[in-house]
Amino acid sequence: MSAPADLNIDHVATLARLALTPEEKAKFAQQIGDVLHHIEQLKKVDVSGVEPTAHAAPVFNVWADDVSKPGLSVEAALKNAPAQRDHMVVVPKVVE
Amino acid sequence: MNYEAVIGLEVHVQVKTRSKIFTRVSTGYGYEPNTLTDPVVLALPGALPVMNKAALDAIIKAGLLLGCEIAPVCKWDRKQYFYPDSPKNYQISQYDQPICLGGTVEIELPGSARNVMGEHKKIPLTRIHLEEDVGKLNHGANDSLVDYNRAGTPLMEIVSDPAMHTAEEAYAYLTSLRATMIYGGISDCDMEKGQLRCDANISIRPVGETKLGVKVELKNLNSISYVRDGIAHEIKRQIGVLERGGIIVQETRDYDGMTGTSQSLRSKEMAHDYRYFPDPDLMPVKVDEAWKDKLRAECPELPFDKQRRFLADYQLPYTLTSALVWDHALADYFEAAAKLSGKPQATGNWIVNDLLRELGAAKLGLADSRVAPAHIAALVKLVDSGTVLTNAAKEIFVEMFATGDQPDAVAERKGLNAAPTDSNGLEQWCRDAIAANPKALAEFKSGKDSAINAFKGPIMKAAKGKANPKLVDETLRKLLASS
Amino acid sequence: MTSEPFYQTIAQLAAALDAKRLSSVDLTKAVIARTKAVEGRVHAFNSFDETDALAQASSSDARRAAGQARGALDGIPIGFKDVIAVTGQPLTASSKMLANFVSPYDATVTTKLKNAGAVVWGRLNMDEFAMGSSTENSANGPTSNPWDLTRVPGGSSGGSAAALAAGEAIATLGSDTGGSIRQPAALCGVVGLKPTYGLVSRFGLIAFASSLDQIGPFARTVEDAAIVLGAIAGYDERDSTSFQTEIPDYRVDLKQRQGPWKLGIPKEYFGEGLDPEIAAAVERTIAFYKGQGCEIKEVSLPHTQYCLDTYYVIATAEASSNLARYDGIRYGHRSQNASDIVDLYFKSRAEGFGAEVKRRIILGTYVLSSGYYDAYYLRAQKVRTLIRNDFLATFRDVDALITPTSPMPAFKIGEKADPLALYLCDIYTIGVNLAGLPGISVPCGFTKSGLPIGAQLIGQPFRESELLAIAHAYEQAHDWKNKFPAL
Ligand SMILES: [Mg+2]
Ligand SMILES: [Zn+2]
Repeated sequence: MSAPADLNIDHVATLARLALTPEEKAKFAQQIGDVLHHIEQLKKVDVSGVEPTAHAAPVFNVWADDVSKPGLSVEAALKNAPAQRDHMVVVPKVVE
Repeated sequence: MNYEAVIGLEVHVQVKTRSKIFTRVSTGYGYEPNTLTDPVVLALPGALPVMNKAALDAIIKAGLLLGCEIAPVCKWDRKQYFYPDSPKNYQISQYDQPICLGGTVEIELPGSARNVMGEHKKIPLTRIHLEEDVGKLNHGANDSLVDYNRAGTPLMEIVSDPAMHTAEEAYAYLTSLRATMIYGGISDCDMEKGQLRCDANISIRPVGETKLGVKVELKNLNSISYVRDGIAHEIKRQIGVLERGGIIVQETRDYDGMTGTSQSLRSKEMAHDYRYFPDPDLMPVKVDEAWKDKLRAECPELPFDKQRRFLADYQLPYTLTSALVWDHALADYFEAAAKLSGKPQATGNWIVNDLLRELGAAKLGLADSRVAPAHIAALVKLVDSGTVLTNAAKEIFVEMFATGDQPDAVAERKGLNAAPTDSNGLEQWCRDAIAANPKALAEFKSGKDSAINAFKGPIMKAAKGKANPKLVDETLRKLLASS
Repeated sequence: MTSEPFYQTIAQLAAALDAKRLSSVDLTKAVIARTKAVEGRVHAFNSFDETDALAQASSSDARRAAGQARGALDGIPIGFKDVIAVTGQPLTASSKMLANFVSPYDATVTTKLKNAGAVVWGRLNMDEFAMGSSTENSANGPTSNPWDLTRVPGGSSGGSAAALAAGEAIATLGSDTGGSIRQPAALCGVVGLKPTYGLVSRFGLIAFASSLDQIGPFARTVEDAAIVLGAIAGYDERDSTSFQTEIPDYRVDLKQRQGPWKLGIPKEYFGEGLDPEIAAAVERTIAFYKGQGCEIKEVSLPHTQYCLDTYYVIATAEASSNLARYDGIRYGHRSQNASDIVDLYFKSRAEGFGAEVKRRIILGTYVLSSGYYDAYYLRAQKVRTLIRNDFLATFRDVDALITPTSPMPAFKIGEKADPLALYLCDIYTIGVNLAGLPGISVPCGFTKSGLPIGAQLIGQPFRESELLAIAHAYEQAHDWKNKFPAL
């Protein structure tokens, strides 16, 4: 089986920010194509008038009062950062 | 050809809460970098969001103040895009079910003169929704540094219809919106602190055309005057392009308020596809009547309504009302003082001319003022009763402002009373003056009323110029009648 | 019955600890020694911290000596799937992306187990980001099934199941998004419980698919599962999807609740693709209940055939979003070969994620992308409603459902190369997650070649007590819990 004609793997990989090798692209396109082909059968289900389930047990208004609680120390916050300077996370220059 | 501009504004307003919108670590401005974070703010593996009730209260209140329809149910959606200031690489926002729909912002355009009220309009709103703010990027020479303190601050996105046509309207819209938010206690709207941020969508079309032209999004309008200048500049630019036979391209432009120019932001961002979907980590919100009623009860009278009331009820001149109503605290101060004095206009004049001048000179806010409404009212009464003269009252005010003492005490201490407080003293001076001038007494008795003035000079001299002329006149006539 | 402490139950060990026949330090040392002895073959752990575990054990002993023991879990070493945050410990999700990540905070379940006095022990291997059914998709290599080292332990919580089966922990925690606790429990011959969605806080659990994920226990017995569940269940103000409900004493309940029950057999779960030995073992389980006076009813879950597709749309969509945060900016793998900020995202994610994770991110991104949302995600959510309604309808007639847990026993490592074939491992467990129900896998026999078989019981929302009692009744009458792999 092959990928649906409208699965543009380059476009989707770009949205997902994944650099894929040509081999990966070819393989994924085929494998995901198979899965999508399988998923096609969902179109057979009559869902007219059916509400979507976003939560298995939906409840409304789950919130907290506006009190401030202690957070992380700067050290803890940046402990896992691959690069830091002046208590900030360093990233390649962002051109806005 | 004559062109008409069509302008829509997208305004982001930070909601004033103690903790962030989806976690309870503090919000704040000006803190050391990355001191206001927690696992949720940093999007650490496993962290989950929990709504802040106060942020919801604030946006519903904003919606009520602006006459929006409050959705009975709304939900949270993830808006997905990768950017280093966005820790989760999605922003929790509201997509197809915003909490507020419709509504209007009332604006006033400049009048024909400073003391003439201008035209009022109501600019329709499309929607207001709640979302989370992102962190802040600091750009270095070779890299950028990310501070996540701001990330997760509650943010309202207020979207107007494309219903404004001039830079002045946009300016008036923003001024009014800002005042409304401050009035409602929703935000301090300090643009320097990024608490209010504005983007404008601008297009132009030939007058009479109903279809919208190609729109340009103008960003970085980070002060209210930049909004006006930036929009005016963009309208001119677009007209210029068309007049030279060019075409307007849909783009985002960055306005530089310092140079008054704009430039296109080359979109290096890949095609936008936000892939919105309902956030499975958050439950939907249901707003019932009781909740709205409770917030409605907390809603203040808006500036323009207050102004209409001040004009009608206090008969204040327009200029005085426009000096008073835009500052909620000042308007309340005025009303308290006017109630005590019973003389609204004089009270208003003291506040707008003297109090604001002194506060400005001392770089103080109204809350720091030692002069309370009762001081103003007392001073108005002293002047009105003739106890102090206008010039003396000005001096009393300055002293009262410096010390916080009551005006009568200041007048007493500084000897600024128009007359001795002891009326026997005045009577004595009058008797002395009459006794010293039998000629004038005779003339007066013989019917020459103006002869009374001959006594007044010596009395004023005795009173060192501070006698109340009206009282002097009354006292003299009483004594002359019986002598 | 073995006398080795590492193969005893929490209930037995708690009694021994209380009677001072054993100390937590000795127990923990025994577990550590066992781990060191078998780990070279089983490879259930990503990492463990002996010093930290012994320090916790020693604190537990001090509490008990002072008469301040905190209950059955005090001093019991419990292993954690490497998706649950523990302060100061690695948290890797078996991904290169998080190879060096150390958690600065505790998950709510971690806090709760620490408060119960448990010894937090080790980080257990899994399929990367919980995506898989065999624990082969791990950046640290596969875990072996203790019953046959050439076979998989199931997944994604394969390390949690294998460690328990091998005596490397007394109980373990896993997470279950589409069967990731129940299926490895079945393949490794232990009890695995997926609680009702919302019963156990997800705060501190690395999210795979937020609307499906639940943390649950692996245990040697149903009673042990009840003990651990009692410690970790309950509303958490830090998880908006956790549910406010009274938490009963499951351990007491499971002994007090007696049958007979009405049990439903969903016919769709016994069709094509089910291994005959498993079918027979589950039939015998059903026969046992019938013999106990339970009413057995055939029921239908007509949308069962759509479960797998519905699951793959919803789970991958949510995962594509949940995994966007792994970008090498604030933490995690950062590519050294990036030319600019955009390139940094592409390369860090390409280098940090394994193939299955990439595949699911691509699929999930696709189904959410412009023009496809309605056709895939929204439609899947609607089908999900129908699936949930099917289950709820059967519960008008029956107390619980019985099904096989897995269509097949443990398969050979490397045997299933095709993703779709692997996805089929979860066909009996996925419906429970879509419907948000509790499900438990209990050992119900072995294949002729000696591989464990599990039966799945599916209960009603928040009625874990009843589900545990039904499972307990079967377990008490059978000896499977006293069989251990030869290692
Ligand atoms: Mg926007
Ligand atoms: Zn926004």
